[in-house]
Amino acid sequence: MTERTSVLRHNRVDLALHRLSEGEGRPLLLLHGLGECTPETVPDFLTWSGPVLGLDFTGHGRSTVPVGGGYTSEILVGDVDAVLTEVGAVTILGRGLGAYVGLLIAAARPELVRGVVLTDGPGLVGGGVHPGSPLLPYPAPGPVVPPDPFALLELSRDVRPPDYAQNYARYAVEGSNLDEPLWVSTVVRPEWVVAISDEPGVGRGSISQGLLRYAAAD
Amino acid sequence: MVTDLSPGIDAQTAGSFPGARRPDRRRTVDAAGIDISVVEWGDIDHPALVMAHGGFDFAETLNVFAPKLAAGGWRVVSWDQRGHGDSAHAHLYSWEADQRDAAAVIATLPPTPMPFVGHSKGGSLVMHLANALPHRISALVNLDGLPSGRAMTDVSEHERTRMLRREMSAWLDHRRTLVGKQRKPGTIEELAERRGRMNPRLDPKWLQYLVTVGATELPDGWRWKIDPTLRMGGFGPWRPEWSMLRLPGIGAPVMGILGMDLELMGWGTRPEDVVPYLPPGARFEALNGVGHFVHIEQPRMVADLVLEFLS
Repeated sequence: MTERTSVLRHNRVDLALHRLSEGEGRPLLLLHGLGECTPETVPDFLTWSGPVLGLDFTGHGRSTVPVGGGYTSEILVGDVDAVLTEVGAVTILGRGLGAYVGLLIAAARPELVRGVVLTDGPGLVGGGVHPGSPLLPYPAPGPVVPPDPFALLELSRDVRPPDYAQNYARYAVEGSNLDEPLWVSTVVRPEWVVAISDEPGVGRGSISQGLLRYAAAD
Repeated sequence: MVTDLSPGIDAQTAGSFPGARRPDRRRTVDAAGIDISVVEWGDIDHPALVMAHGGFDFAETLNVFAPKLAAGGWRVVSWDQRGHGDSAHAHLYSWEADQRDAAAVIATLPPTPMPFVGHSKGGSLVMHLANALPHRISALVNLDGLPSGRAMTDVSEHERTRMLRREMSAWLDHRRTLVGKQRKPGTIEELAERRGRMNPRLDPKWLQYLVTVGATELPDGWRWKIDPTLRMGGFGPWRPEWSMLRLPGIGAPVMGILGMDLELMGWGTRPEDVVPYLPPGARFEALNGVGHFVHIEQPRMVADLVLEFLS
Protein backbone atom coordinates (compact mmCIF):
# COMPACT_ATOMS: atom_id res chain seq x y z
CA MET A 1 0.00 0.00 0.00
CA THR A 2 1.19 3.53 -0.69
CA GLU A 3 0.90 6.34 1.83
CA ARG A 4 -2.13 7.49 -0.10
CA THR A 5 -3.88 4.20 0.44
CA SER A 6 -5.76 3.36 3.60
CA VAL A 7 -7.31 0.06 4.60
CA LEU A 8 -10.93 -0.28 5.65
CA ARG A 9 -12.43 -3.41 7.09
CA HIS A 10 -15.71 -4.86 5.79
CA ASN A 11 -16.41 -8.01 7.77
CA ARG A 12 -13.44 -10.27 6.92
CA VAL A 13 -12.27 -8.28 3.92
CA ASP A 14 -9.63 -5.54 3.89
CA LEU A 15 -10.60 -2.86 1.40
CA ALA A 16 -8.09 -0.55 -0.22
CA LEU A 17 -9.22 3.07 -0.36
CA HIS A 18 -6.89 5.20 -2.50
CA ARG A 19 -6.54 8.96 -2.25
CA LEU A 20 -5.77 10.13 -5.80
CA SER A 21 -5.77 13.87 -5.18
CA GLU A 22 -6.25 16.41 -2.44
CA GLY A 23 -8.77 19.22 -2.37
CA GLU A 24 -11.27 21.13 -0.33
CA GLY A 25 -14.83 19.99 0.10
CA ARG A 26 -16.78 16.84 -0.42
CA PRO A 27 -14.81 13.88 -1.82
CA LEU A 28 -15.53 12.32 -5.17
CA LEU A 29 -15.46 8.52 -4.86
CA LEU A 30 -14.53 6.52 -7.96
CA LEU A 31 -16.06 3.04 -8.23
CA HIS A 32 -14.37 0.95 -10.88
CA GLY A 33 -15.85 -1.55 -13.31
CA LEU A 34 -15.84 -5.34 -13.07
CA GLY A 35 -12.30 -6.68 -13.17
CA GLU A 36 -10.77 -3.23 -12.94
CA CYS A 37 -9.24 -1.38 -10.01
CA THR A 38 -8.77 2.23 -8.98
CA PRO A 39 -6.64 4.12 -11.54
CA GLU A 40 -3.19 5.34 -10.52
CA THR A 41 -4.08 8.95 -11.18
CA VAL A 42 -7.18 11.07 -11.58
CA PRO A 43 -8.49 10.60 -15.14
CA ASP A 44 -7.75 13.56 -17.40
CA PHE A 45 -11.38 14.21 -18.27
CA LEU A 46 -12.35 14.63 -14.66
CA THR A 47 -12.63 17.97 -12.87
CA TRP A 48 -13.39 18.02 -9.15
CA SER A 49 -12.30 20.57 -6.55
CA GLY A 50 -12.49 18.22 -3.56
CA PRO A 51 -10.36 15.17 -2.87
CA VAL A 52 -10.69 12.28 -5.30
CA LEU A 53 -10.81 8.82 -3.75
CA GLY A 54 -10.99 5.38 -5.31
CA LEU A 55 -12.19 2.14 -3.75
CA ASP A 56 -11.00 -1.28 -4.82
CA PHE A 57 -14.00 -3.59 -4.45
CA THR A 58 -13.67 -6.93 -2.69
CA GLY A 59 -11.53 -9.25 -4.83
CA HIS A 60 -10.16 -6.39 -6.92
CA GLY A 61 -6.99 -4.28 -6.93
CA ARG A 62 -5.35 -4.26 -3.52
CA SER A 63 -8.38 -5.46 -1.58
CA THR A 64 -8.65 -8.96 -0.14
CA VAL A 65 -9.36 -11.78 -2.55
CA PRO A 66 -11.91 -13.96 -0.71
CA VAL A 67 -11.72 -17.73 -0.67
CA GLY A 68 -14.39 -19.64 -2.56
CA GLY A 69 -16.34 -16.83 -4.23
CA GLY A 70 -19.87 -15.85 -3.25
CA TYR A 71 -20.07 -12.40 -4.86
CA THR A 72 -23.18 -10.33 -5.31
CA SER A 73 -23.56 -6.67 -6.20
CA GLU A 74 -25.32 -6.22 -2.88
CA ILE A 75 -22.26 -7.29 -0.90
CA LEU A 76 -20.26 -4.64 -2.76
CA VAL A 77 -22.76 -2.09 -1.49
CA GLY A 78 -21.42 -2.99 1.95
CA ASP A 79 -17.91 -2.17 0.67
CA VAL A 80 -19.04 1.33 -0.27
CA ASP A 81 -20.89 1.71 3.00
CA ALA A 82 -17.57 1.06 4.79
CA VAL A 83 -16.17 4.08 2.92
CA LEU A 84 -19.13 6.23 3.91
CA THR A 85 -18.58 5.24 7.54
CA GLU A 86 -14.97 6.39 7.25
CA VAL A 87 -15.19 9.59 5.20
CA GLY A 88 -18.81 10.68 5.42
CA ALA A 89 -20.74 12.15 2.51
CA VAL A 90 -19.39 11.66 -1.01
CA THR A 91 -20.34 12.10 -4.63
CA ILE A 92 -19.87 8.93 -6.65
CA LEU A 93 -18.60 8.40 -10.19
CA GLY A 94 -19.28 4.75 -11.05
CA ARG A 95 -18.04 2.79 -14.06
CA GLY A 96 -19.92 -0.30 -15.23
CA LEU A 97 -20.38 -2.51 -12.18
CA GLY A 98 -19.49 0.53 -10.07
CA ALA A 99 -22.37 2.44 -11.66
CA TYR A 100 -24.83 -0.28 -10.60
CA VAL A 101 -23.40 -0.44 -7.08
CA GLY A 102 -23.56 3.36 -7.00
CA LEU A 103 -27.28 3.20 -7.72
CA LEU A 104 -27.84 0.72 -4.88
CA ILE A 105 -25.86 2.67 -2.30
CA ALA A 106 -27.58 5.91 -3.31
CA ALA A 107 -30.84 4.23 -2.39
CA ALA A 108 -29.52 2.71 0.83
CA ARG A 109 -27.73 5.80 2.16
CA PRO A 110 -29.33 8.78 0.41
CA GLU A 111 -28.22 11.17 3.14
CA LEU A 112 -24.54 10.31 2.56
CA VAL A 113 -24.49 9.91 -1.22
CA ARG A 114 -24.59 13.37 -2.78
CA GLY A 115 -25.17 12.31 -6.36
CA VAL A 116 -24.09 9.37 -8.49
CA VAL A 117 -22.87 9.69 -12.07
CA LEU A 118 -23.36 6.40 -13.88
CA THR A 119 -20.92 5.75 -16.72
CA ASP A 120 -20.04 2.98 -19.15
CA GLY A 121 -17.61 0.27 -18.13
CA PRO A 122 -17.14 -3.45 -17.56
CA GLY A 123 -19.98 -5.11 -15.71
CA LEU A 124 -22.60 -2.53 -16.64
CA VAL A 125 -24.94 -5.05 -18.23
CA GLY A 126 -24.73 -7.78 -15.58
CA GLY A 127 -26.43 -11.12 -16.13
CA GLY A 128 -29.65 -9.95 -17.75
CA VAL A 129 -33.10 -9.42 -16.33
CA HIS A 130 -33.81 -12.93 -15.07
CA PRO A 131 -31.74 -16.03 -14.26
CA GLY A 132 -30.34 -17.89 -17.21
CA SER A 133 -29.90 -21.62 -17.65
CA PRO A 134 -28.67 -23.31 -14.48
CA LEU A 135 -24.93 -23.42 -14.39
CA LEU A 136 -22.33 -24.02 -11.71
CA PRO A 137 -19.48 -21.85 -12.90
CA TYR A 138 -15.92 -22.53 -11.79
CA PRO A 139 -12.99 -20.39 -12.78
CA ALA A 140 -10.08 -21.94 -14.62
CA PRO A 141 -7.44 -23.33 -12.26
CA GLY A 142 -4.53 -21.04 -11.61
CA PRO A 143 -3.06 -18.64 -9.10
CA VAL A 144 -5.70 -16.55 -7.37
CA VAL A 145 -4.69 -12.96 -7.95
CA PRO A 146 -6.91 -9.93 -8.34
CA PRO A 147 -9.24 -9.57 -10.01
CA ASP A 148 -10.67 -12.69 -8.41
CA PRO A 149 -11.85 -15.08 -11.16
CA PHE A 150 -14.91 -15.84 -9.04
CA ALA A 151 -15.79 -12.13 -9.10
CA LEU A 152 -15.52 -12.06 -12.88
CA LEU A 153 -17.74 -15.13 -13.19
CA GLU A 154 -20.35 -14.36 -10.57
CA LEU A 155 -20.76 -10.63 -11.05
CA SER A 156 -21.09 -10.98 -14.82
CA ARG A 157 -24.07 -13.30 -14.12
CA ASP A 158 -25.62 -10.96 -11.57
CA VAL A 159 -29.32 -10.64 -12.44
CA ARG A 160 -30.67 -7.08 -12.69
CA PRO A 161 -34.43 -6.91 -13.18
CA PRO A 162 -35.54 -3.47 -14.43
CA ASP A 163 -38.19 -3.08 -11.74
CA TYR A 164 -35.60 -3.87 -9.07
CA ALA A 165 -33.32 -1.10 -10.34
CA GLN A 166 -36.33 1.19 -10.70
CA ASN A 167 -37.21 0.69 -7.02
CA TYR A 168 -33.70 1.71 -6.03
CA ALA A 169 -33.86 4.81 -8.19
CA ARG A 170 -37.09 5.75 -6.45
CA TYR A 171 -35.59 5.15 -3.00
CA ALA A 172 -32.64 7.35 -3.93
CA VAL A 173 -34.87 10.16 -5.17
CA GLU A 174 -37.23 9.95 -2.20
CA GLY A 175 -34.41 9.95 0.31
CA SER A 176 -32.27 12.71 -1.17
CA ASN A 177 -32.78 16.47 -1.12
CA LEU A 178 -31.01 16.79 -4.47
CA ASP A 179 -33.28 17.42 -7.43
CA GLU A 180 -31.56 14.72 -9.44
CA PRO A 181 -29.47 12.45 -7.20
CA LEU A 182 -28.79 10.06 -10.10
CA TRP A 183 -27.18 11.11 -13.37
CA VAL A 184 -27.01 8.70 -16.31
CA SER A 185 -24.08 9.28 -18.65
CA THR A 186 -23.90 5.84 -20.21
CA VAL A 187 -24.02 5.26 -23.93
CA VAL A 188 -24.81 1.58 -23.40
CA ARG A 189 -28.32 1.19 -22.03
CA PRO A 190 -29.07 -2.25 -20.61
CA GLU A 191 -32.65 -2.72 -19.48
CA TRP A 192 -31.97 -1.69 -15.90
CA VAL A 193 -30.46 1.60 -17.10
CA VAL A 194 -33.40 2.21 -19.44
CA ALA A 195 -35.75 1.57 -16.53
CA ILE A 196 -34.18 4.19 -14.29
CA SER A 197 -33.46 6.75 -17.01
CA ASP A 198 -37.09 7.77 -17.34
CA GLU A 199 -37.68 8.07 -13.62
CA PRO A 200 -38.33 11.54 -12.18
CA GLY A 201 -35.21 12.72 -10.39
CA VAL A 202 -32.79 10.99 -12.73
CA GLY A 203 -30.76 13.36 -14.91
CA ARG A 204 -29.12 12.56 -18.20
CA GLY A 205 -26.14 14.13 -19.88
CA SER A 206 -22.38 14.09 -20.02
CA ILE A 207 -20.13 13.11 -17.15
CA SER A 208 -18.87 16.69 -16.86
CA GLN A 209 -22.39 18.05 -16.65
CA GLY A 210 -23.26 15.60 -13.89
CA LEU A 211 -20.17 16.35 -11.84
CA LEU A 212 -20.63 20.08 -12.27
CA ARG A 213 -24.15 19.80 -10.94
CA TYR A 214 -23.12 17.76 -7.89
CA ALA A 215 -20.09 19.94 -7.19
CA ALA A 216 -22.44 22.89 -6.83
CA ALA A 217 -24.71 21.06 -4.40
CA ASP A 218 -24.28 21.41 -0.63
CA MET B 1 -10.83 -33.24 -2.84
CA VAL B 2 -11.72 -35.40 0.14
CA THR B 3 -9.77 -35.33 3.37
CA ASP B 4 -10.16 -36.98 6.76
CA LEU B 5 -12.20 -40.11 6.39
CA SER B 6 -12.13 -40.77 10.13
CA PRO B 7 -15.15 -42.71 11.30
CA GLY B 8 -17.41 -41.41 14.01
CA ILE B 9 -17.43 -38.15 15.91
CA ASP B 10 -16.35 -37.24 19.37
CA ALA B 11 -19.47 -37.90 21.38
CA GLN B 12 -18.09 -36.70 24.69
CA THR B 13 -20.24 -33.62 24.90
CA ALA B 14 -23.25 -34.75 22.91
CA GLY B 15 -26.50 -35.03 24.76
CA SER B 16 -29.16 -37.53 23.90
CA PHE B 17 -32.63 -37.47 22.40
CA PRO B 18 -34.94 -40.38 21.68
CA GLY B 19 -34.20 -41.77 18.22
CA ALA B 20 -31.24 -39.48 17.59
CA ARG B 21 -28.04 -40.98 16.24
CA ARG B 22 -24.97 -38.99 15.36
CA PRO B 23 -23.49 -39.60 11.91
CA ASP B 24 -21.63 -42.81 11.23
CA ARG B 25 -18.90 -41.06 9.28
CA ARG B 26 -17.53 -37.57 8.85
CA ARG B 27 -15.18 -36.11 6.24
CA THR B 28 -14.21 -32.79 4.77
CA VAL B 29 -14.57 -31.72 1.16
CA ASP B 30 -12.57 -28.84 -0.26
CA ALA B 31 -15.02 -26.68 -2.23
CA ALA B 32 -12.85 -24.10 -4.00
CA GLY B 33 -10.91 -23.53 -0.79
CA ILE B 34 -13.85 -23.71 1.61
CA ASP B 35 -13.80 -26.72 3.94
CA ILE B 36 -17.23 -28.31 3.81
CA SER B 37 -18.04 -30.77 6.58
CA VAL B 38 -19.78 -33.85 5.21
CA VAL B 39 -21.55 -36.43 7.37
CA GLU B 40 -23.05 -39.79 6.52
CA TRP B 41 -25.44 -42.31 8.00
CA GLY B 42 -25.85 -45.87 6.81
CA ASP B 43 -23.77 -48.48 5.06
CA ILE B 44 -21.18 -46.90 2.79
CA ASP B 45 -21.93 -49.55 0.15
CA HIS B 46 -25.61 -48.68 -0.01
CA PRO B 47 -26.86 -46.35 -2.76
CA ALA B 48 -26.23 -42.72 -1.93
CA LEU B 49 -28.97 -40.20 -1.14
CA VAL B 50 -28.00 -36.57 -0.60
CA MET B 51 -29.91 -34.32 1.75
CA ALA B 52 -29.54 -30.55 2.16
CA HIS B 53 -30.47 -28.80 5.40
CA GLY B 54 -32.31 -25.51 5.65
CA GLY B 55 -30.94 -22.04 6.36
CA PHE B 56 -29.59 -21.57 9.90
CA ASP B 57 -29.78 -25.35 10.43
CA PHE B 58 -26.90 -27.81 10.13
CA ALA B 59 -26.49 -31.42 9.04
CA GLU B 60 -26.87 -32.86 12.52
CA THR B 61 -30.41 -31.50 12.75
CA LEU B 62 -31.03 -34.69 10.73
CA ASN B 63 -29.89 -36.93 13.58
CA VAL B 64 -33.37 -38.44 13.97
CA PHE B 65 -34.59 -38.27 10.38
CA ALA B 66 -31.48 -39.45 8.51
CA PRO B 67 -31.04 -42.72 10.47
CA LYS B 68 -34.60 -43.67 9.48
CA LEU B 69 -33.72 -43.22 5.79
CA ALA B 70 -30.47 -45.11 6.36
CA ALA B 71 -32.42 -47.97 7.93
CA GLY B 72 -34.40 -48.11 4.67
CA GLY B 73 -31.23 -49.04 2.80
CA TRP B 74 -29.71 -45.70 1.90
CA ARG B 75 -26.29 -44.15 2.43
CA VAL B 76 -27.51 -40.74 3.55
CA VAL B 77 -25.02 -37.99 2.80
CA SER B 78 -25.46 -34.47 4.11
CA TRP B 79 -23.18 -31.51 4.63
CA ASP B 80 -23.00 -28.31 6.60
CA GLN B 81 -23.48 -25.42 4.21
CA ARG B 82 -20.67 -22.86 4.32
CA GLY B 83 -20.80 -20.91 7.57
CA HIS B 84 -23.06 -23.52 9.18
CA GLY B 85 -22.21 -26.32 11.61
CA ASP B 86 -18.66 -27.56 11.21
CA SER B 87 -18.02 -26.08 7.76
CA ALA B 88 -15.71 -23.13 7.35
CA HIS B 89 -16.86 -19.57 7.89
CA ALA B 90 -16.41 -17.85 4.54
CA HIS B 91 -15.59 -14.35 3.41
CA LEU B 92 -18.72 -14.28 1.27
CA TYR B 93 -22.04 -16.12 1.06
CA SER B 94 -24.35 -16.45 -1.91
CA TRP B 95 -26.89 -18.77 -3.43
CA GLU B 96 -24.53 -19.62 -6.27
CA ALA B 97 -21.72 -20.42 -3.83
CA ASP B 98 -24.04 -22.75 -1.88
CA GLN B 99 -24.87 -24.59 -5.09
CA ARG B 100 -21.22 -24.91 -6.00
CA ASP B 101 -20.34 -26.25 -2.54
CA ALA B 102 -23.15 -28.82 -2.84
CA ALA B 103 -21.89 -29.88 -6.26
CA ALA B 104 -18.42 -30.38 -4.77
CA VAL B 105 -19.92 -32.79 -2.22
CA ILE B 106 -21.92 -34.64 -4.88
CA ALA B 107 -18.77 -34.95 -7.00
CA THR B 108 -17.23 -37.12 -4.26
CA LEU B 109 -20.04 -39.70 -4.55
CA PRO B 110 -20.41 -42.56 -7.03
CA PRO B 111 -21.33 -41.31 -10.51
CA THR B 112 -24.71 -43.03 -10.66
CA PRO B 113 -27.84 -40.83 -10.35
CA MET B 114 -29.12 -40.49 -6.79
CA PRO B 115 -32.08 -38.98 -4.91
CA PHE B 116 -31.78 -35.34 -3.85
CA VAL B 117 -33.71 -34.43 -0.71
CA GLY B 118 -33.84 -30.97 0.83
CA HIS B 119 -35.64 -29.07 3.52
CA SER B 120 -36.60 -25.37 3.32
CA LYS B 121 -33.65 -23.50 1.75
CA GLY B 122 -32.11 -26.94 1.16
CA GLY B 123 -35.24 -27.94 -0.75
CA SER B 124 -34.87 -24.97 -3.01
CA LEU B 125 -31.16 -25.69 -3.32
CA VAL B 126 -31.68 -29.27 -4.53
CA MET B 127 -34.34 -28.03 -6.95
CA HIS B 128 -31.73 -25.80 -8.56
CA LEU B 129 -29.15 -28.61 -8.46
CA ALA B 130 -31.61 -30.90 -10.20
CA ASN B 131 -31.57 -28.44 -13.11
CA ALA B 132 -27.83 -27.85 -13.07
CA LEU B 133 -26.92 -31.55 -12.65
CA PRO B 134 -29.77 -33.48 -14.31
CA HIS B 135 -27.40 -36.39 -14.95
CA ARG B 136 -26.82 -36.86 -11.20
CA ILE B 137 -30.42 -36.99 -9.94
CA SER B 138 -32.75 -40.00 -9.81
CA ALA B 139 -35.53 -38.43 -7.71
CA LEU B 140 -36.25 -35.14 -5.95
CA VAL B 141 -37.91 -34.74 -2.58
CA ASN B 142 -38.68 -31.23 -1.41
CA LEU B 143 -39.62 -30.83 2.27
CA ASP B 144 -41.40 -27.50 2.76
CA GLY B 145 -38.87 -25.80 0.54
CA LEU B 146 -41.16 -24.45 -2.15
CA PRO B 147 -41.01 -20.68 -1.93
CA SER B 148 -43.96 -18.38 -2.37
CA GLY B 149 -44.43 -14.65 -2.51
CA ARG B 150 -47.60 -15.12 -0.51
CA ALA B 151 -46.06 -13.88 2.74
CA MET B 152 -46.35 -10.28 1.55
CA THR B 153 -49.48 -10.38 -0.57
CA ASP B 154 -51.55 -8.49 1.99
CA VAL B 155 -49.04 -5.65 2.15
CA SER B 156 -49.60 -2.58 -0.01
CA GLU B 157 -47.02 -1.66 -2.62
CA HIS B 158 -46.14 1.53 -0.75
CA GLU B 159 -45.70 -0.30 2.55
CA ARG B 160 -43.68 -3.03 0.84
CA THR B 161 -41.34 -0.37 -0.53
CA ARG B 162 -40.93 1.08 2.95
CA MET B 163 -40.22 -2.39 4.34
CA LEU B 164 -37.59 -3.07 1.71
CA ARG B 165 -35.90 0.24 2.45
CA ARG B 166 -35.87 -0.51 6.16
CA GLU B 167 -34.50 -3.97 5.51
CA MET B 168 -31.77 -2.58 3.27
CA SER B 169 -30.68 -0.06 5.87
CA ALA B 170 -30.86 -2.64 8.65
CA TRP B 171 -28.73 -5.04 6.60
CA LEU B 172 -26.06 -2.40 6.03
CA ASP B 173 -26.18 -1.36 9.69
CA HIS B 174 -25.60 -5.01 10.55
CA ARG B 175 -22.65 -5.19 8.15
CA ARG B 176 -21.06 -2.28 10.00
CA THR B 177 -20.98 -4.30 13.22
CA LEU B 178 -19.39 -7.49 11.94
CA VAL B 179 -15.68 -7.04 12.60
CA GLY B 180 -14.79 -9.40 15.44
CA LYS B 181 -18.40 -10.37 16.00
CA GLN B 182 -19.01 -13.55 18.03
CA ARG B 183 -22.04 -15.59 18.94
CA LYS B 184 -23.43 -14.78 22.37
CA PRO B 185 -22.41 -17.41 24.95
CA GLY B 186 -24.90 -19.09 27.25
CA THR B 187 -26.01 -22.26 28.89
CA ILE B 188 -27.53 -25.11 26.94
CA GLU B 189 -30.95 -23.99 28.10
CA GLU B 190 -30.33 -20.38 27.05
CA LEU B 191 -29.14 -21.31 23.57
CA ALA B 192 -32.09 -23.68 23.17
CA GLU B 193 -34.47 -20.93 24.27
CA ARG B 194 -32.98 -18.54 21.70
CA ARG B 195 -33.34 -21.10 18.93
CA GLY B 196 -36.85 -21.81 20.12
CA ARG B 197 -37.87 -18.30 19.06
CA MET B 198 -37.27 -19.37 15.44
CA ASN B 199 -38.53 -22.93 16.02
CA PRO B 200 -41.45 -22.42 18.42
CA ARG B 201 -43.15 -25.70 17.55
CA LEU B 202 -40.16 -27.90 18.32
CA ASP B 203 -39.67 -29.82 21.57
CA PRO B 204 -37.43 -27.86 23.99
CA LYS B 205 -35.61 -31.11 24.77
CA TRP B 206 -34.80 -31.46 21.07
CA LEU B 207 -33.51 -27.90 20.94
CA GLN B 208 -31.34 -28.57 23.99
CA TYR B 209 -30.00 -31.68 22.28
CA LEU B 210 -29.18 -29.61 19.19
CA VAL B 211 -27.04 -27.30 21.32
CA THR B 212 -24.84 -30.23 22.25
CA VAL B 213 -24.21 -31.12 18.59
CA GLY B 214 -24.44 -27.69 16.96
CA ALA B 215 -22.65 -25.49 19.46
CA THR B 216 -19.21 -25.43 21.01
CA GLU B 217 -18.56 -25.35 24.73
CA LEU B 218 -16.02 -22.69 25.68
CA PRO B 219 -14.95 -21.40 29.12
CA ASP B 220 -17.60 -18.67 29.04
CA GLY B 221 -20.40 -20.97 27.88
CA TRP B 222 -21.84 -22.56 24.76
CA ARG B 223 -21.84 -20.75 21.43
CA TRP B 224 -23.63 -21.85 18.26
CA LYS B 225 -21.10 -22.80 15.59
CA ILE B 226 -22.92 -20.92 12.86
CA ASP B 227 -21.01 -17.94 11.49
CA PRO B 228 -21.97 -14.96 13.66
CA THR B 229 -21.87 -12.70 10.63
CA LEU B 230 -24.82 -14.49 9.00
CA ARG B 231 -28.16 -12.79 9.34
CA MET B 232 -31.72 -13.60 8.35
CA GLY B 233 -33.10 -11.50 5.54
CA GLY B 234 -30.96 -9.23 3.43
CA PHE B 235 -31.79 -7.72 0.09
CA GLY B 236 -31.34 -8.68 -3.53
CA PRO B 237 -33.25 -9.22 -6.75
CA TRP B 238 -34.28 -12.83 -5.98
CA ARG B 239 -38.00 -13.58 -6.27
CA PRO B 240 -39.83 -16.78 -5.35
CA GLU B 241 -41.01 -17.59 -8.86
CA TRP B 242 -37.40 -17.94 -10.00
CA SER B 243 -37.10 -21.00 -7.79
CA MET B 244 -40.52 -22.36 -8.67
CA LEU B 245 -39.70 -22.11 -12.37
CA ARG B 246 -36.97 -24.69 -11.76
CA LEU B 247 -39.62 -27.27 -10.83
CA PRO B 248 -41.66 -28.07 -13.96
CA GLY B 249 -38.69 -29.12 -16.07
CA ILE B 250 -37.28 -31.69 -13.68
CA GLY B 251 -37.22 -35.03 -15.47
CA ALA B 252 -36.73 -37.25 -12.42
CA PRO B 253 -39.69 -38.24 -10.19
CA VAL B 254 -40.63 -35.40 -7.83
CA MET B 255 -42.32 -35.41 -4.46
CA GLY B 256 -43.18 -32.20 -2.63
CA ILE B 257 -44.22 -32.18 1.02
CA LEU B 258 -45.73 -29.09 2.59
CA GLY B 259 -46.38 -28.47 6.29
CA MET B 260 -49.75 -26.73 6.46
CA ASP B 261 -49.31 -24.96 9.82
CA LEU B 262 -47.70 -21.60 9.11
CA GLU B 263 -44.76 -20.45 11.19
CA LEU B 264 -41.97 -17.91 11.26
CA MET B 265 -39.29 -19.88 9.39
CA GLY B 266 -41.63 -21.05 6.64
CA TRP B 267 -42.56 -19.32 3.40
CA GLY B 268 -46.32 -19.39 3.79
CA THR B 269 -46.68 -21.53 0.67
CA ARG B 270 -50.11 -23.10 0.04
CA PRO B 271 -50.88 -26.09 -2.19
CA GLU B 272 -52.40 -23.86 -4.87
CA ASP B 273 -49.02 -22.08 -5.12
CA VAL B 274 -47.27 -25.36 -5.85
CA VAL B 275 -49.61 -27.47 -7.95
CA PRO B 276 -49.31 -25.41 -11.18
CA TYR B 277 -45.54 -25.92 -11.15
CA LEU B 278 -45.44 -29.68 -10.52
CA PRO B 279 -43.99 -31.73 -13.38
CA PRO B 280 -46.12 -34.52 -14.87
CA GLY B 281 -46.54 -37.44 -12.49
CA ALA B 282 -45.24 -35.56 -9.48
CA ARG B 283 -46.52 -36.46 -6.05
CA PHE B 284 -47.59 -33.79 -3.59
CA GLU B 285 -48.42 -34.19 0.10
CA ALA B 286 -49.87 -31.43 2.28
CA LEU B 287 -49.55 -32.36 5.95
CA ASN B 288 -52.18 -30.88 8.22
CA GLY B 289 -51.17 -30.11 11.79
CA VAL B 290 -47.48 -30.03 10.87
CA GLY B 291 -45.28 -26.93 10.70
CA HIS B 292 -42.29 -25.98 8.57
CA PHE B 293 -39.91 -28.58 10.06
CA VAL B 294 -41.90 -31.54 8.74
CA HIS B 295 -39.04 -34.00 9.08
CA ILE B 296 -38.34 -33.01 12.68
CA GLU B 297 -41.94 -32.79 13.87
CA GLN B 298 -42.96 -36.05 12.18
CA PRO B 299 -39.76 -37.93 11.35
CA ARG B 300 -41.36 -41.36 11.17
CA MET B 301 -44.24 -40.31 8.95
CA VAL B 302 -42.08 -38.22 6.61
CA ALA B 303 -39.34 -40.85 6.40
CA ASP B 304 -41.96 -43.45 5.51
CA LEU B 305 -43.35 -41.17 2.80
CA VAL B 306 -39.87 -40.64 1.37
CA LEU B 307 -38.89 -44.31 1.55
CA GLU B 308 -42.12 -45.40 -0.05
CA PHE B 309 -41.70 -42.79 -2.80
CA LEU B 310 -38.12 -43.85 -3.48
CA SER B 311 -39.00 -47.51 -3.54
